[in-house]
Amino acid sequence: MAGLLKTADTLSQDDAESWHIVAALVENKPGVLFRVTNLFRARSFNIESITVGSTEQVDLSRMTITTKTDERTLDQLVKQLRKLIDVVEVRVLDSSKTVYRELALIKMKAEEPTKRMQITTYASVFRANILDIDKNTIMVEITGTPDKIDAFKNLVSSFGIIHLARTGVSALPRGEY
Amino acid sequence: MIGSEALVRALEAEGVDFVFGLPGGANLPMYDALVDASLRHILVRHEQSAAHMADGYARIKRKAGVCFATSGPGATNLITGIATAYADSSPMIAVTGQVPLAMIGKDAFQETDIIGVANPCTKYAFQPRAAVEIPETVKKAFYIAESGRPGPVLIDIPKDVQQARENIQFPDLIKVRGYNPIIDADLSQLERAVETMIKAERPIIMAGGGVILSGAFSELQAMAELLMAPVVTTFKGKGSFPENHPLAMGPIGMHGHPEANKIIIEADCIIAVGARFSDRSVGRFDEFGKGMTIIHLDVDPAEIGKNKAVDIAVIGDVKASLRTAVKMLAKHKVVEKTKDDPWLKRRKELIDYYADTIKDYPRELTAKKALKKLREILPSDAIVTTEVGQCQMWASLHFDVISPGTFFSSTGLGTMGFGFPASIGAKAAKSQATVVDIAGDGSFNMTENSLAVSVLEKLPVIVFLMNNYMLGMVAQWQRTFYNRRYMGVHQNSCPDYVKLAEAYGAQGIRAESMNDLEGAIKKALKNDVATVIDIAIDPEEDVYPFVAPGTGLKDMITGA
Ligand SMILES: Cc1ncc(C[n+]2csc(CCOP(=O)(O)OP(=O)(O)O)c2C)c(N)n1
Repeated sequence: MAGLLKTADTLSQDDAESWHIVAALVENKPGVLFRVTNLFRARSFNIESITVGSTEQVDLSRMTITTKTDERTLDQLVKQLRKLIDVVEVRVLDSSKTVYRELALIKMKAEEPTKRMQITTYASVFRANILDIDKNTIMVEITGTPDKIDAFKNLVSSFGIIHLARTGVSALPRGEY
Repeated sequence: MIGSEALVRALEAEGVDFVFGLPGGANLPMYDALVDASLRHILVRHEQSAAHMADGYARIKRKAGVCFATSGPGATNLITGIATAYADSSPMIAVTGQVPLAMIGKDAFQETDIIGVANPCTKYAFQPRAAVEIPETVKKAFYIAESGRPGPVLIDIPKDVQQARENIQFPDLIKVRGYNPIIDADLSQLERAVETMIKAERPIIMAGGGVILSGAFSELQAMAELLMAPVVTTFKGKGSFPENHPLAMGPIGMHGHPEANKIIIEADCIIAVGARFSDRSVGRFDEFGKGMTIIHLDVDPAEIGKNKAVDIAVIGDVKASLRTAVKMLAKHKVVEKTKDDPWLKRRKELIDYYADTIKDYPRELTAKKALKKLREILPSDAIVTTEVGQCQMWASLHFDVISPGTFFSSTGLGTMGFGFPASIGAKAAKSQATVVDIAGDGSFNMTENSLAVSVLEKLPVIVFLMNNYMLGMVAQWQRTFYNRRYMGVHQNSCPDYVKLAEAYGAQGIRAESMNDLEGAIKKALKNDVATVIDIAIDPEEDVYPFVAPGTGLKDMITGA
C-alpha cells in the first residue's frame, strides 16, 4: 500500500477547493481494505490518506479517505466505492460541517538544551505533547487538522526531523449533519 | 451432509442445469457430489473454455452460467473467461477448489490466492470458511451475479470445508446490506428526458448491451417508433434492435456502419440506453456528442459521467425505464413524422451514399459475401457469436441480426478463443437453436480443443471459419500503421482444419468459392454434428470503414 499513499505533504491548504473527505462505512471483515485500495489503484484514484478502524457497531468499520481531486473524479470515486459490495455507505463530508483530526508523531534532533526549550515552547503553543526525551532526541505528539500538523512540521523542520509518522485523517460529521 | 453436497444442492435450488468444468485435487469432493446430482456436468479440455461456455450459456438464458475448476492452475485458467464475462456484464458463478484452510498462506501445492487474483474482474469473490456457510454463499452469489448490472462472482471453497460434515441449513431469504441495485425507473428524471426527446429535431437512439441484458427489445422498438428516431447500437448492443427495421442503422464505432457513425454526429439529441460510451464505440470522449443533448439511461450509477458528461441521467433497469418512457411518450402524442421529415430523409440518404461508395473487395469469395450468404441461409432465430479480429468486425458490418438477442460477442475484453466455447454454452442453453461461431483461424486455435466437447456432449455448433491463415486484424494494423512490416501474424497454412475437425469426430468442409460455401452451410445445417466450415479468405482483405484509435467518429476512413 505504500506506493498508493502519497506523502501527506501534498495535503495542504493551497487548493482547498479540491481537497475532499470521504467517509465510508464498510463491513468489518477480512479483505475489505484490500478491495477498497485495489479499486483506487485500478482506477488511478489518487488518495492522500486512508484510515480504518472500528465503530460503535461491531460488524462495521469506518473508513476515512482524503483525496485531492476534481469534482468529476470525486463523483466517480464515490460511485465506484458504492459499487463495492462490502461498502455499506459512502458520504462526501463538507469540511466546514465536519470535525476531522489527524495525529502525528515527530521525533527530532535535540542535543542542546536551548533547542529542547524551543521545541517545548512551540509544542505548547500547538497543544502538542512531549512523549519522549533522551540525550539527543525529543518526540512530540500533535493532533489536529492536517494543516495544523503541516504548520508545526514546517516550524520544527529546521531542528532536524529524524522520523515522522502521521495517521491520516479521521472524521465525523458535526451535530445533525 | 458435507459441504460439497450442500454446494450441489444449493446450485440445484437455483435451477442450475449445466455445470462446465474440469476436476483436480482441490475440488474432488465437489465432483463426488456431482455423481448424484440432477444437473449435467460438461467436461471441458481447458478451464478457460469452461468459463466461456458458462458465459455463452448466460447470454442466451439470461441467467448465471456455472463453471468449476480446481485450485491453482485450474482457477487461474478460468480467469480469462471470468474477466471476459466481467467486461461484458455477463452473470456467472465460478466455483473453485482451494487448499485446506490450514494450508492457506503456506504456499501449499496448487495454492493461488484466487480471491486476490479475481478481485478486479468479479463483482464479488466469496471464500466460505465453514460448510454451514455454503448455501447462503451460493444464494448471495446468484443474487449478486444476476441482479443490477450483472457480472461474474467467484466462490472459492477450501477442500476441508467441502468435506466437513455439519448440520447445514438452506436459507430462503438472504440480504446483502452493502448491495442495493436500483431497479425502478427514476420518474422525475424520466419526465425531463421524455420532454427533451420530444423537442429534439434530430434524435438518435444509441442502444447498448444493457438493452440485451435486460431483454428490453420490445420497449426499445416501441420508443424508436414513437419518436421515429433512427437507432444505432454499440457493438455490444448489436442485435438489441432488429437490423432489418426501417429505423435501424447498425453499430457505431471503430468498425461501425459508416452511415451510423455519420448520422450520430449530426444528431441534436442522443438517447443512450444501457450503453457505457466505450472508446471503441464513441472514439474520442471529448469530441463525441459535442453540442448535443445527451440522455443516458443505465442501471449502473457509476456509468453516469464516467467517460462522458451527460445532460440527463435516468438510473434504473433500462427495461423499466423504457417501459415508462414509452407510456409517457404515448401520452404526449408525439407529432407524427412523415417520410418527408428531413431527419428521416437524411438517414436514407446516408445509407444510399455509403452503399454506393464503399467498394467490395475484388474477389469471388469475400468475407462480406460469405456473411451475407450465411444470413440468407440461416434461420432468423439462429444464435450467432464471434471470435475476435477481422472476423468479428466483418460480422458487425455484414451480418444483420434480425431476431433481437440472438447475437453476442466478446466486445469489452475482445478475447480470442471466446466464441467457440461460448457457442457451445449457448447451444446448451437453447438446444433447439442453430448456433454459429463466426471465427478467425487465430482465435479458433486458442480453444479449438472444445471440438471434443461439442462432439462428445452432443452440443453441435457451426464454426464459420473465415480462414486467412493470418492474425488478420493485427496484420491489417501492420499494413495500415506500420508500413506493411509484418511481424508475428502468419499462421502458414497450419493446421488443416478439415483434418482437425475430423480428428475430433466433427465434420470439416473446405469452401473456396461462393458455390462451395453455399453447399457447406446447407450441409452443416442438415447434419447433427459439429461442423467447421473452412472458408478461404484473402489475407489482404481489410475491414472498412475504420475509425483509427485516438480519433473521432468524424475521422472515419472508408477505404473508398
Ligand atoms: C487472447 C488475445 N490475444 C491477442 C489478441 C490481439 N488480437 C486482436 S485481433 C487478433 C487477430 C485475430 O486473428 P484471427 O482470429 O485469425 O482473426 P482475423 O482477424 O484474421 O479475422 C489478435 C492477435 C486478442 N484480442 N486476444
